[in-house]
Amino acid sequence: MGLDFTIIPKYMDIILLGVAWTIGITVSAALLSFIGGILFAVIALYAPWIIRQPFRLVEGVFMGTPLLLQLFLIYFGLVQIGIDLPAFVAGIIGLGLHFAVYNSELIQTAILAVDKGQMEAARTLGLSRSQALRKVVIPQAIRDVIPPIGNNMIALLKDSALVSVIGVSELTLSAQRVIGKTYRPFEFYILAAALYYIINLGMEWVQRRIERRISVSR
Amino acid sequence: MDFDLMLKVYPFFLEAALTTIVLSVLTAILGLFCGALGAAARLSRFALLRFAGAAYVSLFRGTPALLQLFILYFGGPQIGIQLDAFEAGVIGLGINAGAYMTETIRGSIISIDKGQREAARTLGLSRWQATYKVILPQAARLMVRPLGVNLNMLVKATALVAAISVVELTYTAQRYIGSTYKPFEMFLLAGVLYMIIIYAVGRGVAWLDRKVQIT
Repeated sequence: MGLDFTIIPKYMDIILLGVAWTIGITVSAALLSFIGGILFAVIALYAPWIIRQPFRLVEGVFMGTPLLLQLFLIYFGLVQIGIDLPAFVAGIIGLGLHFAVYNSELIQTAILAVDKGQMEAARTLGLSRSQALRKVVIPQAIRDVIPPIGNNMIALLKDSALVSVIGVSELTLSAQRVIGKTYRPFEFYILAAALYYIINLGMEWVQRRIERRISVSR
Repeated sequence: MDFDLMLKVYPFFLEAALTTIVLSVLTAILGLFCGALGAAARLSRFALLRFAGAAYVSLFRGTPALLQLFILYFGGPQIGIQLDAFEAGVIGLGINAGAYMTETIRGSIISIDKGQREAARTLGLSRWQATYKVILPQAARLMVRPLGVNLNMLVKATALVAAISVVELTYTAQRYIGSTYKPFEMFLLAGVLYMIIIYAVGRGVAWLDRKVQIT
């Protein structure tokens, strides 16, 4: 069977719907991973020992096992404890938590790298410890950590393809569905890869713009 | 927690872990090979090779590894490439890992001080000799740690071949989750084995890193 790219336009609507889902899932999971990352970093650094240590163990498990395995756990595990979520929600939670752990590592390092004088000055001016963290230390840490977090978000876009395995109709699964009808795997997987690549380039462009902005405000 | 069930199925997980290890080793070898070629291309004197190297890195890092596997395994037969799932897994993941390793290797090489090359050239070494005898031995020391990070990612990426039905750890876990409805137990079994493999890789890399440092 030779290649025939001319049949692509006929199925473009299904593929583009997949693109919309991929972007939606990526953006939602990115937001979750960003907020989760800050939260996890604060827990890992400042929570009492009894919470901190088990928490670090869980972080270690998330970093030491494949995302695909974690997605199976979250999707089927939630069902087992009686929470029956739609697959795309389970996918967003799985992706979001996985990358929150990676973001948390970056944010922890950045928080520790903020000059101690900043906290001391804030405390001297009468801010409480949590106020000083929220209003002085964390904002500075976040600014330093935006470029590497951007790289994580681009990795998240690519890993969003994995949620196709638990049945979320994003770009990869949409391509699979079309292939089920047309028996043209090469054409449609290449098309899907090209679309991921374009989204990727778009994200890199946004990342560069944000980086330029923060380097000016420094 | 159903420990009886875990005791009953763990031998299958051990067998699957062995497949994951073999898959990781073969992928790592192919990845290093592609990475070395890619880095050589990206640092070449010839613009065409530099472009080819840059395109390789950009395309393979810019698209999901899962799709690369699908293109190779399901799309391959259409362009005359017929591979079984395991072969497609090793080749697909290896080429993908090679793109990441290209950047690691290139980064280590360009971080060697320019003066080293200039001094070697001044002493009468040819371009090739300077690279081979002066630059690479120094760069090799720098690349052990970052390549270790690549290896760590690679072990986790082998889980993707579950999607093309290679019976490795993640596929086995998925199959037993489906048949027993015990996701936590199965995750625990597979997760512990993955973490052991990754821990071993980490120790190996740390050992090699100590070994190559000049004391």
